[in-house]
Amino acid sequence: MNRIIHHPILGEKKPSKEVVIYVDDKPIIAHEGEMIAAALIANGIFINRYTLHKHKPRGIYCAIGRCTDCIMTVDGVPNIRTCITEVKEGMRITTQKGAGVWQKEDQQ
Amino acid sequence: MIQTELAIVGAGPAGLSAAIEARRAGADVLLIDENARPGGQLFKQIHKFFGSRAHKAGTRGINIGTELLRESQELGIRTCLKGEVCGIENGQNLWVVIDRNRSEIVKAKKIILATGATENAVAFPGWDLPGIMGAGAAQTMINVNRVLPGRKVLMLGSGNVGVIVSYQLLQAGADVVAVLEAAPKLGGYGVHTAKVARAGVPFYVSHTVKQAFGTDHVEAVEIVKLDASFNQIPGTEHIMEADTVCLATGLTPLTELAWLAGCKFKYLPALGGHLPIHDDRMRTTKENIFVAGDITGIEEASTAMEEGRLAGINAAADLGYISEEEAKIRSREIWDSLNCLRSGYFGQKRRESKDLMLQTGNEVIQWKIH
Ligand SMILES: Cc1cc2nc3c(=O)[nH]c(=O)nc-3n(C[C@H](O)[C@H](O)[C@H](O)COP(=O)(O)OP(=O)(O)OC[C@H]3O[C@@H](n4cnc5c(N)ncnc54)[C@H](O)[C@@H]3O)c2cc1C
Ligand code: FES
Repeated sequence: MNRIIHHPILGEKKPSKEVVIYVDDKPIIAHEGEMIAAALIANGIFINRYTLHKHKPRGIYCAIGRCTDCIMTVDGVPNIRTCITEVKEGMRITTQKGAGVWQKEDQQ
Repeated sequence: MIQTELAIVGAGPAGLSAAIEARRAGADVLLIDENARPGGQLFKQIHKFFGSRAHKAGTRGINIGTELLRESQELGIRTCLKGEVCGIENGQNLWVVIDRNRSEIVKAKKIILATGATENAVAFPGWDLPGIMGAGAAQTMINVNRVLPGRKVLMLGSGNVGVIVSYQLLQAGADVVAVLEAAPKLGGYGVHTAKVARAGVPFYVSHTVKQAFGTDHVEAVEIVKLDASFNQIPGTEHIMEADTVCLATGLTPLTELAWLAGCKFKYLPALGGHLPIHDDRMRTTKENIFVAGDITGIEEASTAMEEGRLAGINAAADLGYISEEEAKIRSREIWDSLNCLRSGYFGQKRRESKDLMLQTGNEVIQWKIH
């Protein structure tokens, strides 16, 4: 949807292996090796989380792992910076609310 | 525990160049970066660089990055990717969290901090809406991740990053609705500014964003004219449709590890704020710790690479792999090259601040290269 296929300097986007990841239980197609935040934008998803007190939506801000605005709960672990974390086949991602909760006992 | 002679934090142009020089001299090097791939900000810089031919001017940042990676691979430089350096102790132990789930202590004889910089934010009502991001964030998305974060982009800031990223957004297929500049005149290199202007993008000097509107995403932006003291002039507002606002309002060096290590700092606003004091060998006030690149002041990839080489050569000399004499001669050559990069209208201001830094550094830094 929002992928840049043709580019005057970078050339054609190389074909990538597709993987399926789940965002709030809905499957989306991502490209192997790409960052979660990029896969979400490619699929038209711009909200990564809602803030703790005012429940306001947040999207990416720095895209280089500095600001933590893009944090989501990934495979049960909250506060993952999705702009610098690669997608993996079958990964389960949820839009984080506030500080998030650990979803697996054994990871506490 | 991992032992190494030289640990380098950050695999951007500065860290990579430092690693290549030190490894070439024979030092055992460990290059640590929190990303899955090395290169720092280099792989998003698809424009051609300025400077002389010796500085790879006319070459695009991405190609310089590919070249540095090839060299570091040929030299067999040890890298620790997906490694976040979260602490530093006694000037020699680094606490690294690897792949988010494993803790490791790296014990190094010498450390080079080449952690780069982060983008500044500007606060206005609505600035926290999805769709409002650093210009570098948009640059990362389009050039590295190859996704378009927005279609109608308003750029705040006409400095080099502002105009370079505006042009790259156009190349990626987005529409740049305007470039705003709070100062009364434009701030970027003429060549880059002209390319954006030629593409028909309107520039508004003495203007800023008053507020952004939207519920789940930016939908429109209200801009306003500023007077000579940067106060908003009531009645000059107007609304522009935009789904993205990029903030190109400067960078701040990432200096946390240098603070933690106990390095002394100096405030130089022209270089981005509080900076770890360093001398002409890139040594800090803390024994065994060197710095290079944007952490020493916001500049460009070309200066970051030269500073990286300086730090690499002098750390290798400190470890005994290069004679003091040779390190001096090679450092002098690199300084000539740096001074040449720091000339011209933009470079001169940085040069003056760097000179102040070196003056302080050469005065207060006592530890000796062995
Ligand atoms: C988003 C962005 C876009 C830019 N675009 C341009 C441009 O178009 N043109 C231009 O001239 N300049 C640009 N700059 C300026 C740019 O910083 C320099 O050109 C150059 O990349 C600086 O090199 P460096 O090696 O010092 O830092 P960087 O290239 O930033 O590399 C530092 C590396 O260290 C890593 N790191 C930091 N802290 C840690 C830690 N604690 N543990 C592990 N790893 C860590 C970072 O993730 C990064 O990979 C940009 C800067 C930013 C931040
Ligand atoms: S967007 Fe800033 S950390 Fe991911």
